[in-house]
Amino acid sequence: MQSTLFHRAAALLTTLMISGVAAADWTERSDLNMRPGVTAVSQDVYHLHMIILGIVTLIGVIVFALIMWSVFAHRKEKNPVPAKFHENVVLEVVWTVIPFFILIGMAIPATRVLINMEDTSDSALTVKVTGSQWRWHYEYLDYEGDNNINVGFFSDLATPPEVWQRPILSGGLFPVGTAQEQVGVEREPLTPENAFNYMIEVDKPLVLPAGQKIRFLITADDVIHSFWVPDFGFKKDAIPGFVNESWTEIPESAIGMTLRGQCAELCGRLHAFMPIEVVVKSQEDFAAWLAEEQEAAAEGPDMTPFASLDDAMEQGKPIYDRACAMCHGAQGQGGIGLSFQGTDYMTNPDRLQDNIDILLQGRGAMPAFRAQLSPKEIAAVITYQRNAFGNETGDLIQPDDVQK
Amino acid sequence: MSEKTTSYYVPDSSPWPLLGSVGLFLIAIGGGNYIQQSTSKVANDGSMGGIILAIGVLWMIGVMFMWWRDTIKESIGGLHSDQMDRSYRQGMLWFIFSEVMFFGAFFGAMFYARWLIVPWLGGEGIGAMTHELLWPDFQAMWPVTTAPDGRTTQAMGAWGLPMINTAILLTSSVTLSIAHHALIAGDRAKVLWAQGATIILALIFTGVQAYEYVHAYRDLGLTLESGIYGSLFFLMTGFHGIHVVIGSLFLIVTFFRVLKRHHMDGNNFAWEAAAWYWHFVDVVWLFLFITVYWL
Amino acid sequence: MADHHEHHAPTGWRRWLLSTNHKDIGSLYLWFSFAMFLVGGLLAMVIRAELMYPGMQVVDPDFFNQMTTTHGLIMVFGAVMPAFVGLANWMIPLMIGAPDMALPRMNNWSFWILPAAFSILIGSVLMSAFGPGNPPAPNFGWTFYAPLSTTYGPASTDFFILSVHLMGISSIMGAINVIVTVMNMRAPGMTMMKMPLFVWTWLITAFLLIAVMPVLAGAVTMMLTDRHFGTSFFDAAGGGDPVLFQHIFWFFGHPEVYIMILPAFGVVSAIIPTFARKPLFGYASMVYATASIALLSFVVWAHHMFTVGMPLAGMLFFMYMTMLISVPTGVKVFNWVATMWRGSLTFELPMKWALAFVILFTIGGLSGLMLSITPADFQYHDSYFVVAHFHYVLVSGAIFSMFAAVYYWLPKWSGVMYDKFWGEVHFWSSLISVNLLFFPMHFVGLAGMPRRYSDYALQFADYNWWISIGAFWFGISQLFLLWVLIKACFLKKGEKATDEVWEGAEGLEWTVPSPAPFHTFDTPPVVK
Ligand code: HEA
Ligand code: HEA
Ligand code: HEC
Ligand code: CUA
Ligand SMILES: [Cu+2]
Repeated sequence: MQSTLFHRAAALLTTLMISGVAAADWTERSDLNMRPGVTAVSQDVYHLHMIILGIVTLIGVIVFALIMWSVFAHRKEKNPVPAKFHENVVLEVVWTVIPFFILIGMAIPATRVLINMEDTSDSALTVKVTGSQWRWHYEYLDYEGDNNINVGFFSDLATPPEVWQRPILSGGLFPVGTAQEQVGVEREPLTPENAFNYMIEVDKPLVLPAGQKIRFLITADDVIHSFWVPDFGFKKDAIPGFVNESWTEIPESAIGMTLRGQCAELCGRLHAFMPIEVVVKSQEDFAAWLAEEQEAAAEGPDMTPFASLDDAMEQGKPIYDRACAMCHGAQGQGGIGLSFQGTDYMTNPDRLQDNIDILLQGRGAMPAFRAQLSPKEIAAVITYQRNAFGNETGDLIQPDDVQK
Repeated sequence: MSEKTTSYYVPDSSPWPLLGSVGLFLIAIGGGNYIQQSTSKVANDGSMGGIILAIGVLWMIGVMFMWWRDTIKESIGGLHSDQMDRSYRQGMLWFIFSEVMFFGAFFGAMFYARWLIVPWLGGEGIGAMTHELLWPDFQAMWPVTTAPDGRTTQAMGAWGLPMINTAILLTSSVTLSIAHHALIAGDRAKVLWAQGATIILALIFTGVQAYEYVHAYRDLGLTLESGIYGSLFFLMTGFHGIHVVIGSLFLIVTFFRVLKRHHMDGNNFAWEAAAWYWHFVDVVWLFLFITVYWL
Repeated sequence: MADHHEHHAPTGWRRWLLSTNHKDIGSLYLWFSFAMFLVGGLLAMVIRAELMYPGMQVVDPDFFNQMTTTHGLIMVFGAVMPAFVGLANWMIPLMIGAPDMALPRMNNWSFWILPAAFSILIGSVLMSAFGPGNPPAPNFGWTFYAPLSTTYGPASTDFFILSVHLMGISSIMGAINVIVTVMNMRAPGMTMMKMPLFVWTWLITAFLLIAVMPVLAGAVTMMLTDRHFGTSFFDAAGGGDPVLFQHIFWFFGHPEVYIMILPAFGVVSAIIPTFARKPLFGYASMVYATASIALLSFVVWAHHMFTVGMPLAGMLFFMYMTMLISVPTGVKVFNWVATMWRGSLTFELPMKWALAFVILFTIGGLSGLMLSITPADFQYHDSYFVVAHFHYVLVSGAIFSMFAAVYYWLPKWSGVMYDKFWGEVHFWSSLISVNLLFFPMHFVGLAGMPRRYSDYALQFADYNWWISIGAFWFGISQLFLLWVLIKACFLKKGEKATDEVWEGAEGLEWTVPSPAPFHTFDTPPVVK
């Protein structure tokens, strides 16, 4: 087996669980039980979970003990003549009423925790979280009364495809994805030593202050996603066209920690590939970080033209590989999206404007990239499309051509 | 045809069920392709969806004809026992119940849309942020004549033709009841005129409904694509309309059977099944009229 | 008298294709469902092969989603439901002393629609795996939530929709047949409260089917018009709501899970008294409990949707109602225990399976109860904890009860006793592996592994390896069953079965010869 580390972590957490102390950092991962999490709510939920688990375990043990006793003591060798009884109203009433009261006992703490979780009032920070295929978009809407913050960014999986694509059957029986065919077959096994945060690391994490109530406004661009950070104690679906609300308050003791979560609603091909990473900062550090981000945002998008076709191509390729290849194929051969190889759409100069529009606005399953890419990035990727994959049109699109 | 040896007649093996499944298979395959080709939302060309669908439908009609021919023969041949008659009747009632639940899904969708979705989109209750961030211009109202993304339509009023059509359909239920009583009393002439009247009213209803659709598309801008109101309006009235057509065909078939002097001897399951079906279609319409047109 | 009809039995392909005989149609259903179990299981093996190690090694992530989706659909609609319909076909007429099902031709029709429906669904999987360009099969989960299945669904979605329509037609007709048979075809003296519990549970199941399959048909119809005709049921831009889809789906979906377990309760309620040599304890309360479960099942659907952002009152209502279902289910469990209590138990294979059912189903039920606790479900939802829950109630519940039923009635169907040795091997091998397969899912789920994930973080790696081992082991174990069935049904090898078969067995089905002749109860038996 691969990891002893996680066994150690599990043992540690079991100890923590029993002593009722919350696990601290994400590095102390359990592979056995629910994370108590860092917030008061998540710990409430955890304790509720442990209470219910205890009750049902007890019921199970009693019922199974009765069955086993019957199996042992009332088998034919021991009890050759069966009893004849087949009814007993008192007994029936008893085992209807007692479970009912057990349920009431469970419902009371559950109701209490639930009501507490639903109260989103009086928050200091509001963050809008938007799920899209397959990345998260965070926008800071207001902080301590200032509702003109203008900070927002996308957060993508940082584990590169070269690491997660490790086909053992390339070109074999199953339709191994087109991108996978290009990677070699030999791969070092994934271990905590060489890939500790495999699949749960992002390029730009969500940054949150400790000690303040944070309200999340959760929605989606395309399909339903679900925002789940176990340490906050909830998950909430991100539904296109609707905004869901949730809140959390991270204690000061969590400053410096990285909390991790994942998308929890099936959202298409790369559902498993859109993790959430939260960095907790003190209020001062958070304010400083926010100011820095605001400054960068105020500069506005970079509209300087490309020096040459090659320059644009060079900048376009990584964007294409990151944002488009998953649907249109690494070689533009198509997949979920259409092919680009020598199609009329790609090579006909009259359809250049269409090409810009579809990127800005999307069409059907093709997402709109207006918000996700800057004009310069869109120009670069279109230039790349129309000159790679054997298209060779020579079109060079400049940032100013992309009318937002 | 096997001799009546048992108290319960179990038919000999029959090819129609199997062939009926083949028919449904053709309809599904053909229908799927046809829809994809004719709406061009999905790249699909070169297959023969329309033709397969047409073959499937004709095939099914043939199978149904043959199958019912067999049962009618058995019925006339005296192979049906009372117990069997009860089986058929109960079967029909449960079938109608399943149809009720099918409409239930659409009624449920309508009430959910009216009572919850639209108010939320308009900013009520838990929808405050939804309204503010995503649909700030949307006004909650029913019918939704301006959809959240700005599409507009006019609503279909209740008091013109729809009202008259309701009266027509209710009258058809009355004439059908008259026919039913006549059937039980054995008054064949009365059955024929009353049932004939029902059929004529049914056809008028369908005609008016078709006219109303044209009016909706042409004059009101009310279409399948005009948002949730149009979606619900057309799917609910449309499925009702399909049921009206099926019910009319059912009535027409039993009408001809009465002409051929079937059903007049107390062996009237098929006739009554048609009547039940018609009353069911009628009741559904009443709910539709009240909830879709009126309120 | 039975002999008189024996040479009336049609032979060759006509017997099977054109049948109006409840036993033949029952056998067709049973074999069909077993085939679907193998196909669905094979798809699960692809899932487990991919998840054995972190990293994508066997299939593309989208193909993985197709596997998850079609595995769920084929198991639910192809394996479990038809298996119970097959059992109903075989056993209900025998149990109530009827010559056949009430509507024999429709019976055959409802069967033959299934191959039509599933050839469409499986066809799209085969196309995706081997066809040119690998057009994706349905890849949005067996719950096919909009808009992933509407705006974003692949072209095969339309065929999937129509095949769901076909499955619905088939189920509704099958259910109508069951109800009418039970209400109308009982032998003289067989009052409702004398009916075997299996008949009762099926009667109630059939009611559920007629009530909810049309709702599913409505849901997929709306999907179709949203996809192609511009309607906006599930699109907020037009005033609809993706969550509306979930409400309609789960209004069907929750009763659906009881459709898959109530007949199982009936099977176990037939087997335990036989091998305890003691009548079923609390017959009447079993009937009422079944009915309560069925009624409650209509008002709990939103427990699958606690995270969609419902108003608080809604969440509380659905939490309380869901919790309540534990009470009548508990009554059933306690009644089974009381039936065994001070009985004279022997442990032939059907009894072994039934006992395993009671214990493992209870585990699944108890984790279901945990899921119903809304705030905790915020953490459990869409994690492997849910996957563990429903496989305990479905695999070691519904499927185990089917195994119990097969071992119990196989001698009656085939005329020979099953192969005891391979049967035992099948039982013990399955029992151990099923727990290795599904128990650790509780752990990875609680630790935070989301379901429908084609790849996962490393802290889940260890258990996933064990789960996959359990899966392959459990899968291979089913080959023993295949052998047992072939031997009894086709080779007809084995000890000749008596009419009564089991020492403690009671009921009309044990009064007819083994194998049951083509026609039974031409003249109704009289029940005292
Ligand atoms: C046969 C199928 C079956 C059965 C019988 C059940 C039974 C139950 N299920 Fe399950 N369930 C599924 C199949 C089934 N389920 C499936 C397939 C899903 C997932 C669908 C998907 O998303 O894909 C699911 C999901 C699911 C969820 C949603 C989880 C989520 O997605 O977040 C919930 C939540 O409440 C739930 C609850 C329950 C409950 C309370 C029962 C109860 O009926 C259980 C009652 C039984 C007992 C409690 C045990 C015996 C009782 C006693 C011994 C008496 C004493 C006990 C007490 C008083 C405590 N189920
Ligand atoms: C009754 C229903 C039923 C049954 C019987 C099963 C049986 C099994 N299920 Fe399934 N399952 C569901 C219903 C069922 N499941 C549903 C509804 C879902 C949710 C889908 C969704 O999320 O949309 C699901 C999802 C699901 C998942 C989660 C997928 C995901 O979230 O991505 C997994 C993962 O391990 C799984 C595994 C298994 C396994 C290993 C079996 C095994 O028990 C299967 C064993 C049987 C065989 C293997 C076949 C017989 C053997 C052979 C043919 C011989 C060859 C064998 C080998 C090559 C080893 N199932
Ligand atoms: C989620 C999957 C997905 C992603 C990511 C994606 N596309 Fe697409 N794209 C599609 C689909 C699906 C279509 C077909 C839409 C239709 O037919 O309505 C499409 C169509 C297109 C078209 C029109 C092609 C034609 O011939 O009509 C262009 C151009 C395009 N995409 C460019 C891009 C670029 C550039 C990117 C990355 C910045 C990108 N796409 C990312 C799915 C995607
Ligand atoms: Cu986004 Cu799953
Ligand atoms: Cu449920």
